[in-house]
Amino acid sequence: MRQPLLAFLAKEPAHGYELKLALEQTFGEAYPSPNIGQIYVTLKRLEQDGLVRSQDVEQTTRPNKKVYELTEAGRDALRTWVDEPSDGPRVRDEFFIKLILAPMAGLADRMELINAQRRHYLGIMRNLAGLSATDTPARLLIEGAILHLQADLDWLERCQEELV
Amino acid sequence: MSRSASNSLPTTDLLKTRGLVKEYHSDGVSVEAVRGVDIGVGIGEFVAIMGPSGSGKSTLLHVLGGLERASRGEIWLRGQRVDKLSLAEWAVLRRKHVGFVFQFFNLLSNMTVADNVELPALLAGVTPRQARRRREELLSDLGLSEKAAASPARLSGGEQQRVALARALANEPSLLLADEPTGNLDSSNTRDVLRLLQRTHDRGQAILLVTHDARVASMADRVINLFDGMVADDHPVTRIPRPVSSVLELHGL
Repeated sequence: MRQPLLAFLAKEPAHGYELKLALEQTFGEAYPSPNIGQIYVTLKRLEQDGLVRSQDVEQTTRPNKKVYELTEAGRDALRTWVDEPSDGPRVRDEFFIKLILAPMAGLADRMELINAQRRHYLGIMRNLAGLSATDTPARLLIEGAILHLQADLDWLERCQEELV
Repeated sequence: MSRSASNSLPTTDLLKTRGLVKEYHSDGVSVEAVRGVDIGVGIGEFVAIMGPSGSGKSTLLHVLGGLERASRGEIWLRGQRVDKLSLAEWAVLRRKHVGFVFQFFNLLSNMTVADNVELPALLAGVTPRQARRRREELLSDLGLSEKAAASPARLSGGEQQRVALARALANEPSLLLADEPTGNLDSSNTRDVLRLLQRTHDRGQAILLVTHDARVASMADRVINLFDGMVADDHPVTRIPRPVSSVLELHGL
């Protein structure tokens, strides 16, 4: 979660809880609600790495809070992250390894493996379809997941055609 | 509902086949597109057929809908054997109980959209008033109300596909057969069709459809995989109890 925190801090200085809220408001249900402890730990590490710096702000009724801001090095790190192409979602596929190796080891039939995997993908799809996302980032993420699953199912058909 | 081959009359199944074969002959060579299929669809059940292209999915659907004759085997509809009926007799039965959505729509181009949708109900003996009410409801569900007076030829592919679905549902058939009902639709039109399929299913009408679309297949109670003209898999869709957020994992965050 390092880069998203840097990105929010590039907009304006903030304390840990504000960053948690910003993550929730931006991604909605597309992002599992971030743990506040995890945010504090990440901020501390970013500070150790010189990517952010913090300032204690006094509060009258509560303990002081730390407000974080981005450093020049932090801005560079963020820029590098944004400019880099991102990995494709499927660099490894455990199912493919099973499909190739399990029949060799006498453990399963390829048709059965493909059938079970198809049912599993459709089960995931059913869960995704049950989500009603109203906010745009969550909706786009769900649509992306649906398209990936569709590709996985199409690919299973190719495996069925070529390997069975 | 039993899907195993039994010798008793299939009465709990709305639709059932036994040893269904469809053979094509060309240049003295015979090719079996469907090679001994035993499947059943229960009353109100939603079943999806998936499989690679050329696996016999569309042929199977056409044979089940009475659009082509089976070469061998049996087809039972509502406890009645239909594969031996004359085409005319079968057409009468189909008009009452079965709706069919073709992959390439088959809309009548010299009639308006409204007339295309109303025609099956009128042919089945419904009053013009009822046919009209049903048509208005279906076109509205599919976002096509303002196209009612148009000729199908003036509609986009996606609109024609939705009109074809409306027409198939006009009789409130106990069984809807559909060949790739979302095949030509963008994502918002697909959502309309999915919603209508769900409503049809909720109303207790059975659906048997051929699809590549995982969104459609995942709505089904059961998915049949057809491979090389035979049933390779016939099981309910897996229910996954774990929370959806585990699927929506943002990598690298």
